[in-house]
Amino acid sequence: MNCEARSDVRLVTAPFSQADELAAFAARYPEAGGIVSFLGQVRAGDGVEALELQHYEPLTLPAMEELAGRVHRRWRLDGMLVIHRSGAMAPGDPIVLVAAAARHRRDAFAAADFAMDHLKSESWFWKREKKDGAWRWIEPREQDLEDIARWG
Amino acid sequence: MPIDLIFLGRLEDVAGAGQRAAALQPSVDAVIDSLEPELAQALRAPNVKLAVNGILLRDTDAPVLRDGDEIAFLPPVSGG
Repeated sequence: MNCEARSDVRLVTAPFSQADELAAFAARYPEAGGIVSFLGQVRAGDGVEALELQHYEPLTLPAMEELAGRVHRRWRLDGMLVIHRSGAMAPGDPIVLVAAAARHRRDAFAAADFAMDHLKSESWFWKREKKDGAWRWIEPREQDLEDIARWG
Repeated sequence: MPIDLIFLGRLEDVAGAGQRAAALQPSVDAVIDSLEPELAQALRAPNVKLAVNGILLRDTDAPVLRDGDEIAFLPPVSGG
């Protein structure tokens, strides 16, 4: 099977259920001994009322698919799941769900970690948050660039 | 037929909208020159990338524009 067939990569504009998605993903790969998943959600606090992610259709999803392919080539995986939200979200809403299914857990941990670091720093999303009724664009974080550097 | 300009992220605020139509010009430079000075300056920032019809331009690319082309101006991403 090729990488694309073993990757489920989606850009969605409506809320998704991480529990349902993860259960369906696990059921798809009974041969995998381990599944590692990461859920990113809108952080509550700091007066944040809403978060909005903007994407650019011709670039955003193709780049996510290319990343999933890279992850597959680097580790021995049975399957890979990447679901990313775009649009307006409230604190507590899921933003991103990444899961890697592998025969051995170390591959799954590393693959999910790598995928998240690269999604955070390289993917084509622009983010703004609403505080006290006013929207403000979020600039790139130094930490995200440092996180990606450790993969060489 | 005009061309479409797409402004992502904070550039949307400078342009006043995420998208606008502009008259066809032979080059991206000429398109930017035809816009208001404040917007032109923001689009020329060194960290703004460009895509024409969904294809990312490299620094040395100078595409000849055609009717109906879409130019996207992409500021640094804030990540997923």
